[in-house]
Amino acid sequence: MPEPREIDVAHVARLARLNLTAEEIELFQKQLERVLEYAEKLREPDTSRVDDDIDRETIFDILREDEPRDWFTAKEALSNAPRQANDLFVVPKVVE
Amino acid sequence: MKLSDLPALNVAELRELLRAREVSGREAVEALRDRIAETDPQIGAYLSLEVEDALKEAETVDLDLPLGGVPIALKDIISVADQPSTCASKILRNYRATYDATVVEKLKSAGAIVFGKTNMDEFAMGSSTENSSVKPTRNPWDLSRVPGGSSGGSAAAVAADEAFAALGTDTGGSVRQPAALSGVVGLKPSYGRVSRFGLVAFASSLDQAGPLTKTVRDAALILKLIAGPDARDSTCRKESVPDYTADLDRDLRGIRLGVPKEYMIDGIDPQVRAAVSAAIAHFESLGVEIVEVSLPHTEYAVATYYMIASAEASANLARFDGVRYGHRAENPRDLLDLYGRTREEGFGPEVKRRVILGTYVLSAGYYDEYYNRAQKVRKLIRQDFVAAFAKVDALISPTTPEVAFRFGARLADPLRMYLADVFTIAANLAGICGISVPCGFAKTDEGTELPIGMQLLGKPFDEARILQIAHGYEQSTPWHRKRPPLTRKLQDSSSNIQT
Repeated sequence: MPEPREIDVAHVARLARLNLTAEEIELFQKQLERVLEYAEKLREPDTSRVDDDIDRETIFDILREDEPRDWFTAKEALSNAPRQANDLFVVPKVVE
Repeated sequence: MKLSDLPALNVAELRELLRAREVSGREAVEALRDRIAETDPQIGAYLSLEVEDALKEAETVDLDLPLGGVPIALKDIISVADQPSTCASKILRNYRATYDATVVEKLKSAGAIVFGKTNMDEFAMGSSTENSSVKPTRNPWDLSRVPGGSSGGSAAAVAADEAFAALGTDTGGSVRQPAALSGVVGLKPSYGRVSRFGLVAFASSLDQAGPLTKTVRDAALILKLIAGPDARDSTCRKESVPDYTADLDRDLRGIRLGVPKEYMIDGIDPQVRAAVSAAIAHFESLGVEIVEVSLPHTEYAVATYYMIASAEASANLARFDGVRYGHRAENPRDLLDLYGRTREEGFGPEVKRRVILGTYVLSAGYYDEYYNRAQKVRKLIRQDFVAAFAKVDALISPTTPEVAFRFGARLADPLRMYLADVFTIAANLAGICGISVPCGFAKTDEGTELPIGMQLLGKPFDEARILQIAHGYEQSTPWHRKRPPLTRKLQDSSSNIQT
């Protein structure tokens, strides 16, 4: 079991696909260690009788009627695209 | 009535004039436009205004509809087709929504004129609106202080008479807390009462949209129109929507109001405590029975919230990758470089912090320790409320431990900023409803006055009850009639500012 609070901000930033400057890494490291230290409180209450289930009370009416309806068009979906061509989003080459 | 007097009206008053054809839809929009031009350079409540569109709609709108011709401002996290929806983030600076949020669709079909997008903490993360990437919003009661957040623009616009009413979103207090700090009414509906379709998602198990208004009646009126089922949001419940205005004037005698002992703690500003205590005494004089109750897991709410909300945010904000919309970094080497730099350039510090925190608590090895544990504590918090509501009809507390703070006072200390939401957060975790109502004023050392808000919390889908209690209080106290000095000065520069 890893020790809590041993957050490695530089590593987590890579997982999050979020580049950070050296200054940001240093600052967030300190600030988030404090937040996680505060979160240690969550070890105090007795949760042994709380079940692991998905919280049914927050999930309602999951199935809707399966009926066709209007949705936005390809043109609308592309209207905010940073780069597009031939009704497609253009991204850097992914496969060699 | 002079056009320049219109912005001081509330929604119910404006509606009467529009229905009687004493005021036209165009005049209502123009009056607001002029007011905004006059005062918003000081306040900074709005990010964008679509005046021409609003005037066009005002020409053809049916004034006999429930909100016919009434302009409503929207927090910039709520999508309006063909209008900017930037979430006050650089990453969405040039983004224009391609469809209407369900709440917008509902407002429009009720005749409202959707008018202007308001400032906010970036992606609704914050309690002061200082995390906006665009500009600060100032508190109309004291321009050196924050209006609260994250719906600070909506709260300040209503307080400064730059909006008749506005919508905000509340994930951990983001409607109620700015309402309290800016001296207006703010309602967070129960989870599942109002559709989330078309709100840019922050924490999907906590987010709800709600009105910020000048009176409780206006909040009831707007809730009735935006609530109800939506096939496009599977968490939006099918329960029918009552007429929330119908029982507002009912006597409060016999209502049982709980005071959670964990909410009247040390660390509350003495003036806030005194105002809420006075409100409790006032309720007793109205025949309300006051009962002390306990919410034993209160002290864990903030930590629980920051684990869950950050986890959900890190997942929701993964969509901002520079591919389909929003900012994209220039000349990416490859896809990873595109993602990493786009997000670095597009997100502000608080958003980055929460994406990191959320990614961490969801990562292998830490998921059980943080996220799963928080989910369990969340259930304990919910059970606290179930037990309390078995004894009482609603709960009362301060909305915030302190009144509006100065710019910069908490920015360097994220944990301290998070603790500003200590009384509002549990309602989101439990999925219950809550409302903040003005309940007095605190005097500052500099001689200014700052609004104090009290919070009423109700059972899930029992908005009618907290609205009734809030209305009974409001109508028998003077607080809601008081306007910020900004407004008074502009309306009547000769009058002295007195308490």
